[in-house]
Amino acid sequence: MDSTFQFDWGAAFGSIPHLLPGIPWTLLISFGGLAFGFFIGIFFGLLRISPIRWLRWPAILYIEVFRGTPILVQVLFIFYGLPQLLGSPINALTAGIAAIAVNSGAYISEIVRGGVQSMERGQREASLSLGLSRTQAFRYVIWPQAFRRMIPSLGNQGIISIKDTSLFSVIGVGELVRQGQIYIATTFTAMEVYLMVAMLYLIITWSLSILLRQLERRGLAGQ
Amino acid sequence: MNDSTQPIVTMQKLNKHFGSLHVLKDINLEIVPGEVVVVIGASGSGKSTLIRCINGLEEFQSGNLTVDGHDLMPFGKSTKALQKIRTEVGMVFQQFNLFPHLSVLDNITLAPMKVRGWNREDAEETAMRLLERVGIADQAKKSPTQLSGGQQQRVALARALAMEPRLMLFDEPTSALDPEMIGEVLDAMRELAKEGMTMVIVTHEMGFAREVADRVIYIHQGEITEQGPPQQLFDKPQHERTQSFLARVLKH
Repeated sequence: MDSTFQFDWGAAFGSIPHLLPGIPWTLLISFGGLAFGFFIGIFFGLLRISPIRWLRWPAILYIEVFRGTPILVQVLFIFYGLPQLLGSPINALTAGIAAIAVNSGAYISEIVRGGVQSMERGQREASLSLGLSRTQAFRYVIWPQAFRRMIPSLGNQGIISIKDTSLFSVIGVGELVRQGQIYIATTFTAMEVYLMVAMLYLIITWSLSILLRQLERRGLAGQ
Repeated sequence: MNDSTQPIVTMQKLNKHFGSLHVLKDINLEIVPGEVVVVIGASGSGKSTLIRCINGLEEFQSGNLTVDGHDLMPFGKSTKALQKIRTEVGMVFQQFNLFPHLSVLDNITLAPMKVRGWNREDAEETAMRLLERVGIADQAKKSPTQLSGGQQQRVALARALAMEPRLMLFDEPTSALDPEMIGEVLDAMRELAKEGMTMVIVTHEMGFAREVADRVIYIHQGEITEQGPPQQLFDKPQHERTQSFLARVLKH
């Protein structure tokens, strides 16, 4: 390798059309996974703060297991491991979505717990004093306010999960990094292509940041 | 239970502990419909805890408590009775506890619609009538966070009244207010008392207590030390502890 490396802008921009097909996969895996993760997170997050101990411990177990193991190991386990158990293969897209779902679900559980626990005691007391049941107090008073407080953390988790999908190139799903790898295999322009891959991730995450900032501002204005 | 001679609240030998702390000791108390009872005492004496037991926001460990014909069990073991009681008993808190994500109007209509099953029209009509009564009908569409403390507390009062309660509890309703706003809240309460509402009020406003109370209860370290009509309790307190408490709060 000679050290007089010349960055080839033509090769960089020329790679973009070859990378673009990865974007729908990246978005599908991350948002598909996050959608499931959101419901998993609400479910286990609420179990986690249940007054009943035997409802709490499965939630604690779930959170500790999926927060405490690498997402790469999780997706390898799902894609290569589970089929041995099931006796039939799992396609890479399903495995990717499942990995994001269970992984983000663990973090979102903690976000949900934090949001609900941050609510002032007086809100619940006022609701109950008006005759609302505990369920009604939660649904109409606690949850809407807690959810607003959760938005910044949920956005943060969304961005983390989008970036996590890059690891799924190892199971061959055709997301952004995988498309980059395939293209580099024929052109050997790693520097240029990975820079463009990074840029495309940045565009996705940045758009999400802007969207979230607007959502937050609207949320605060409503208070 | 609508018999006006029947007490609306009956407490017998009520005991409440916070861990090793004995907060309420053998409390016996009866409140009859139409009565305005003011509870006074030093902070930490258990006066707030006492009224929070009446609507089950605090559980007690032993004794009997009957509210509006429903028996409350020790350790909060009577969810059904609790919700019935809370439907008939309104409460105003020191920190207002309005719902910041709802408009003033929606704060008031929430419980009548969800608990009483009123339709929106009826609930809003009642809400507007109550807001007019407490003098802030023009703020109905605003967020509670845009209101002053005095206005917020008046919304909280209207919110509780919208449930058409048979008993109102007030837990230091003016303690979090700037001095210039205390008057407007006390005025609204005064009016309510005049209309014959049964009220239990924890307050440090001794002038107000003297004026509206039918009975004043002095609590010291979880025990009812002395009670009686305001003239008697304020002017001729029998107990030494009551005398020294009143000397401290009335002097400044």
